[in-house]
Amino acid sequence: MFNWVNLASQTFNGLVLGALLALISSGLTIIYGTLGVLNLAHGAMFMLGGYAGYVTYTYTGSFVLAVLGGSLFVMLVGVLMERVVIRHFYNRPDEDQLLVTFGLAIVFVELVRFSFGSLSFIVPPPSWAAGITSLGFMFYPTYRLVLVGIIAAALLLLFLLLYRTRLGMIVRAGIEDSTMVGALGINVHQVFTVVFGIGAMAAGFAGIVNAPVVSLTPDMGESILVQTFVVIVIGGVGSFPGAVIGGLIAGEIISLTSMINPAYSYVMLFAVMTLVLVLRPHGLLGTASRN
Amino acid sequence: MINQRPFLVEILTALGLIVAPFVLPYLGFAPDTVNRILIWGLFGIGFDILFGFTGLLSFGQSALYGTGGFVAAYLLTRLGYPEVISALFIGMAAAAVVGYLVGLVALRRTGIYFAMITVAIAEMFYFVEFNPLSEWTGGENGLPGVPSPVLNLGFASFNFSSGWSLYVFLAFWYFVGIVVALRIIRSPVGAILRAIRDNPLRASAVGHDIHAYKLTAFVIAAAYAGFAGGLLGVMQAFMPPDAFMFQTSAQLIMQTAIGGTGMLFGPLLGAAVWLFLQDFLQSALGIGAAWKLVLGLVFVLLVFFLRRGIIGGLVDLAKWGWGRFAPSAASPAPAAAIPVASAAADLPPQPRPVPAAALASRPTVAGATGHILSTEGLTKRYGGIISNNNIDFIVKRGELRGIIGPNGAGKTTFFRMLTCEVAPSAGRIVFEGQDIAGMTVTDVCQRGLTKSYQVNQLFTRLTVRENITIAALAALRGKFRLDLLRQPRRVPGLQERLEHTAELVHLTDRLDIPVSALAYGEKRRLEIGLALTSMPSLLLLDEPLAGMSPSERVETVQLLKSIRQDRTMIIVDHDMEAMFELAERVTVLNEGVVLAEGTPAEIQASDAVQEAYLGGVHA
Repeated sequence: MFNWVNLASQTFNGLVLGALLALISSGLTIIYGTLGVLNLAHGAMFMLGGYAGYVTYTYTGSFVLAVLGGSLFVMLVGVLMERVVIRHFYNRPDEDQLLVTFGLAIVFVELVRFSFGSLSFIVPPPSWAAGITSLGFMFYPTYRLVLVGIIAAALLLLFLLLYRTRLGMIVRAGIEDSTMVGALGINVHQVFTVVFGIGAMAAGFAGIVNAPVVSLTPDMGESILVQTFVVIVIGGVGSFPGAVIGGLIAGEIISLTSMINPAYSYVMLFAVMTLVLVLRPHGLLGTASRN
Repeated sequence: MINQRPFLVEILTALGLIVAPFVLPYLGFAPDTVNRILIWGLFGIGFDILFGFTGLLSFGQSALYGTGGFVAAYLLTRLGYPEVISALFIGMAAAAVVGYLVGLVALRRTGIYFAMITVAIAEMFYFVEFNPLSEWTGGENGLPGVPSPVLNLGFASFNFSSGWSLYVFLAFWYFVGIVVALRIIRSPVGAILRAIRDNPLRASAVGHDIHAYKLTAFVIAAAYAGFAGGLLGVMQAFMPPDAFMFQTSAQLIMQTAIGGTGMLFGPLLGAAVWLFLQDFLQSALGIGAAWKLVLGLVFVLLVFFLRRGIIGGLVDLAKWGWGRFAPSAASPAPAAAIPVASAAADLPPQPRPVPAAALASRPTVAGATGHILSTEGLTKRYGGIISNNNIDFIVKRGELRGIIGPNGAGKTTFFRMLTCEVAPSAGRIVFEGQDIAGMTVTDVCQRGLTKSYQVNQLFTRLTVRENITIAALAALRGKFRLDLLRQPRRVPGLQERLEHTAELVHLTDRLDIPVSALAYGEKRRLEIGLALTSMPSLLLLDEPLAGMSPSERVETVQLLKSIRQDRTMIIVDHDMEAMFELAERVTVLNEGVVLAEGTPAEIQASDAVQEAYLGGVHA
């Protein structure tokens, strides 16, 4: 049943999902671009953010603290992961990096399942953003509108960090040629740790701010990770703008296809990915340099 | 190792499969568990060919496992197709076709892109199976009522329904799977797959169409997955929808990594460990759902410390033990090898007579004299920087041409354009009367133009023999051929080619040494040998003398002189002395244009050249 209100609301849902995917993909893409490691535990970071935020929320009752707690916790996990494990894999083949991050993803998911069980949890939206808002032609959950704003702000922050700071300059230079950055006398290892932490935090932050929209389960990161991959293939690896555009495209594809038939949303997403691969193998905004 | 004794591995596998039912129950394995292990093992054989041998880590095998399983189960249940075994083969064929299509998409990219794309594909198949196709696949209910196989011999009929009787059926197919896989990895295609894993760049440069071979590996893995998926339905009398879950791919990868990659039996052992631990942790230790956490940790630790898995670890341990406790048997080999190397380096090298006909360049175009290669207006721009500008260059047949020029003169770019590694921005490259600009490296190599690299591009995990064989296979079989079951010794001319190349580059005594154990000078000679094996009518040598010690240098100059018979060669090098000794004509590039061309004497006398280049040396 087609109607304009439905279309508008699905477009909004697509925007919410797209913004979320954009943020998570940015985290993944800057990690890969700088360190050359594809973190298959990135979806688990998203999940951990949600759970850490949930725990903070149950103790403090404050949504803002929950967001803060969730993000910082995941950043810490990211930093530890880089220091303890990933660091030893920079000089090993791609497959080893994939295998070890994949193994860590399983460990994180099972650890959460072990501690919290498989039941789902819900973090309510903050009281000032609860309920629904009238947009004139339709009603829309207030928190989702706020969420778009929150994520847009986070993306802006990430953009400023990448394009307006010294660290960002190093990261972007590292995406072009990390050996050269090392040769210039920059402590690459320290930068790597920071980048991994920030990239993981982007996913963790997304996990907690999204918690009021979807309920938390231990394996929620898996489907998000898959969607993130499609975003990156579409947008181009190592490209921040590519991640944002790819995220929005993927979000809209999933939402708009769901309006017609939810079962086909993945098929559409995959079809678009294939099309991009055929027409622009390096992604919409990617370059050949990394391959 | 796998190649040495024919049929040994096959016989041991058969014995193992026969003995297993009498031994495993005492170790606490239920027949049902053993049957599961066999199915995972068979599924894993294909995956190991893809990952362990070809180096492609796919996270999408569940899609193919599920496809094969559901096609077979659908035939046997909904359509009432009576014949179990042929249904399994139809399922396998369906999975292979799907694998071909999936491979076409996924193999457009390599490395992490390939991994990401396969993850996405697997997830899509799962959703498609659950929703749009649920009418056929039973959605979340799966397909119950898959019949068990019956073998009717006329006088007696066997029903392989469950437990150990089903084991016989599964063990038979596992054995067939292993025999076929061994044939494949011992075939020329198998050698090429390993070459792709080690050095895809060189594999395509010696003339193999690596994309087609990767697709082949993907389809083989798909066929194994599809057949194993069908067996899963048969074993459970029910085709479960979770065959399509990403979890299936994940478990396969982890079992393979635990057991060991690149040895075909890794997935079987990994599955045994996995299922045994799962049982043990759940029931004996009573830790319930935490078993996956423990297995996840075990997996991470294995990747960290024992990347080659349990079998790989045992092999290393055995080698270590052998070297430690049987020194008399092990040490003579390296001891004998070293003098050969040093002798080659110290003694004045003696050009060995080589039968010229055996390794002569390929027959040239009938009656063709004059030039073999020419470029017209060859230009390469990188953004605003012009690296090569409007170069006209002619090489006559049989000539030995040197190219020199100061750093940044555009020599490397020029060379890379000639071998089609980079496409020119403008101009033509005519080789044997045909414009080759825009062709692939593989195609020009097949036409008889190849290059030895400035930085060694060898298959480092393989032996000298395997390295040369891989290059020879491209010359003898063309860029793509599906001789999956052929034995390499049945490839006509291979042995000859191998021996002659080895003799030319003085590596006859080193054939079974892994490349990683060669001395630098030897690697350098092998690098040239790989190019020579392709029997090029035009051979390009990119800084063949770079990084050599004085004695190695003398020896290599000698080598280059000995191979130049019947061959056209172009050499780029910084070593002036060697260049003026070797080359008949020398072309001088400077700032992307041809500065001068002539005999060594003319070049040495040229004022322009002295000013641009030699000035600092000879002034």
